[in-house]
Amino acid sequence: MPTINIVQAVNQALREEMRRDNRVVVMGEDVGRDGGVFRATEGLFDEFGQDRVIDTPLAESGIIGAAIGMAVYGLNPIPEIQFLDFIYPAFDQIVTNLAKLRYRSGGQYSCHLVVRAPYGGGIKGGHYHSQSSEAYFAHTAGLKVVIPSTPYDTKGLLLSSIRDADPVIFLEPKRIYRAVKGEVPDGEFTVPIGKARVAREGRDVSIFAYGAMLHVALEAAESARKNGVEAEVVDLRTLVPLDVGAVIASVQKTGRVIIVHEAPKTAGFGAEVSALIAERAVEYLKAPILRITGYDTPFPYSLEDHYLPNASRILKGIEKIMQY
Amino acid sequence: MSHSGPSDFQQVLVSDERGTRGGEPALPEADLKHMYRAMLATRMLDSKALSMQRQGRIGFYVPCAGQEAAQVGSSFALREDDWTLPTYRDTGVAILRGISMKTLFDHLFGNSQDLMLGRQMPNHWGFKSINFVSIASTIAAHLPVATGIAMAMKMRREDKVVMTYHGDGATSEGDFHCAYNFAGVYKSPIVFICENNGWAISLPASMQTASRTFAEKAEAYGFNGIRVDGNDVLAVYRASREAVEFARRGGGPTMIECLTYRMGPHSTSDDPNRYRTKEEMEAWRKKDPIERFRAYLERKGYWTKDYEDEIKSEIDREINEAVQVGEKVSPPSIETIFTDVYSEMPPSLREQLAEAEKQE
Repeated sequence: MPTINIVQAVNQALREEMRRDNRVVVMGEDVGRDGGVFRATEGLFDEFGQDRVIDTPLAESGIIGAAIGMAVYGLNPIPEIQFLDFIYPAFDQIVTNLAKLRYRSGGQYSCHLVVRAPYGGGIKGGHYHSQSSEAYFAHTAGLKVVIPSTPYDTKGLLLSSIRDADPVIFLEPKRIYRAVKGEVPDGEFTVPIGKARVAREGRDVSIFAYGAMLHVALEAAESARKNGVEAEVVDLRTLVPLDVGAVIASVQKTGRVIIVHEAPKTAGFGAEVSALIAERAVEYLKAPILRITGYDTPFPYSLEDHYLPNASRILKGIEKIMQY
Repeated sequence: MSHSGPSDFQQVLVSDERGTRGGEPALPEADLKHMYRAMLATRMLDSKALSMQRQGRIGFYVPCAGQEAAQVGSSFALREDDWTLPTYRDTGVAILRGISMKTLFDHLFGNSQDLMLGRQMPNHWGFKSINFVSIASTIAAHLPVATGIAMAMKMRREDKVVMTYHGDGATSEGDFHCAYNFAGVYKSPIVFICENNGWAISLPASMQTASRTFAEKAEAYGFNGIRVDGNDVLAVYRASREAVEFARRGGGPTMIECLTYRMGPHSTSDDPNRYRTKEEMEAWRKKDPIERFRAYLERKGYWTKDYEDEIKSEIDREINEAVQVGEKVSPPSIETIFTDVYSEMPPSLREQLAEAEKQE
């Protein structure tokens, strides 16, 4: 089985599905002739031409709005937002139209499409190339939010997202676009949306993470083992719809919870997971729920390594939680 | 003062005489009467709905009196399989394209037979049967979507056209710019109808832009913008027909600025006496689109008092039946709060539905 990285997995999923389904159309800034600033859409323009791989003007609201129109008409568009940080001009299209069209029309209309965007920090990107703003989308009824952490999941989840009947916000952890490699089968397979994955089994503490933070959590879990602590690491993979069953099952098993995300702490997705656990599994908790997250600040440039949760911070969190 | 700008615009029917400037579109009597009836029905629905809101029988309503020619004349130029993305004020488009009074009133009541399942306030309807895409309140948000649909039609090599509507206010929104820009770049088969009705709630069109006209904005996007007398249904029809055919044969977009007037308030929550004059309203009342068209039809020998009485009582009957029946239909079920958020109801919403039902 070939070993590829995350951005290659994206490319493979797009290419294979575009061959299979001629309703699939890719669009965005620099996705065509340039193959995407991260090369995610490399080669697609040569193979499928300008009718299916569309270089758009510089207007996120136009990109997403036009994609919505294409989806309403029966195409299957996959608009790219070059960096998640730039999605905000399109936020109205996403919240006002994309998330609500099926509901507001009484089911007469729907628009399924996948908004792809590289997200997250660690590439010396500063405020506007590093954001993790998944919480805004998780908070908007009608959207699904999917965040893979491995090449295998990237391809499988992207294929599932393209085929899903509902709009999906698909966030790609760009720091690990090339750094993380894994075995990915050629050809068709899917990973189900709405299912978490236990990346590492353990009995002492549950660490919930997603995206690039999954690997940081795994690193911390390895270090914790040296102190005799067996951490269970769960990759959420889909934020909405969340695999609540998997989360609660892990909490019931360990009784200790750490949630890790890059996004700022206040009202971040970790707050939602914390509330869910408190509602449904409080009697299993041996310790307070710990969130290890980005700080409530814009994303700093020189000090980004101090901002991002790292294995050492998570390890300290594990030590703290094991004292209860 | 609402409209400013030059008085050069296309016109067929002269304002207050029973004459024309020439260039009448060659339409048979049946077609002219089809438009006339739609305009009349729109006006009659409008009066009824407004008064019902004042009586507390419906919660809210967006009137369109005065704009019937702009809406009916433009949409009549379309083929049945063309698509429209109107605004919440474009009731005339729905009526012209064949939506019944029953369907419209069920939505105004928000009852269980409403196609929108009571989820949205009036007039936020949508009708898949006539390819009329459902409406959001956010101004201009539909415009990039309209361009996207037109792009898709062209990508699929189909000869269909999109006609989308917006007001003078919408031209200030960023999405207006995005939609027009993409349409120009991709030469999409789309006709933009700008109903310049003089007011965006209380802001007069003269304060909405420093441009001389709205039509000239199209030039910045690489296509034609023309100005027509928006209360002259034949001028609107003629310009729209030309623009639709131009789009259909691959010529790209056109913008048609229809100079018209919002005779009523922005909505039932607005009091226009706070910001505009009775003199202005009276001046525009003299240019009433229905009266002008009636005068033309009478001159042609198509309109008689008997004809008028006949169709008025037909429309009256249809409206009254829709109101009497629709008002008694029950509201939608609690479950409709939770369906259609996604294609299938997820477990989290099934739980919330169960919770909501327990409250009953």
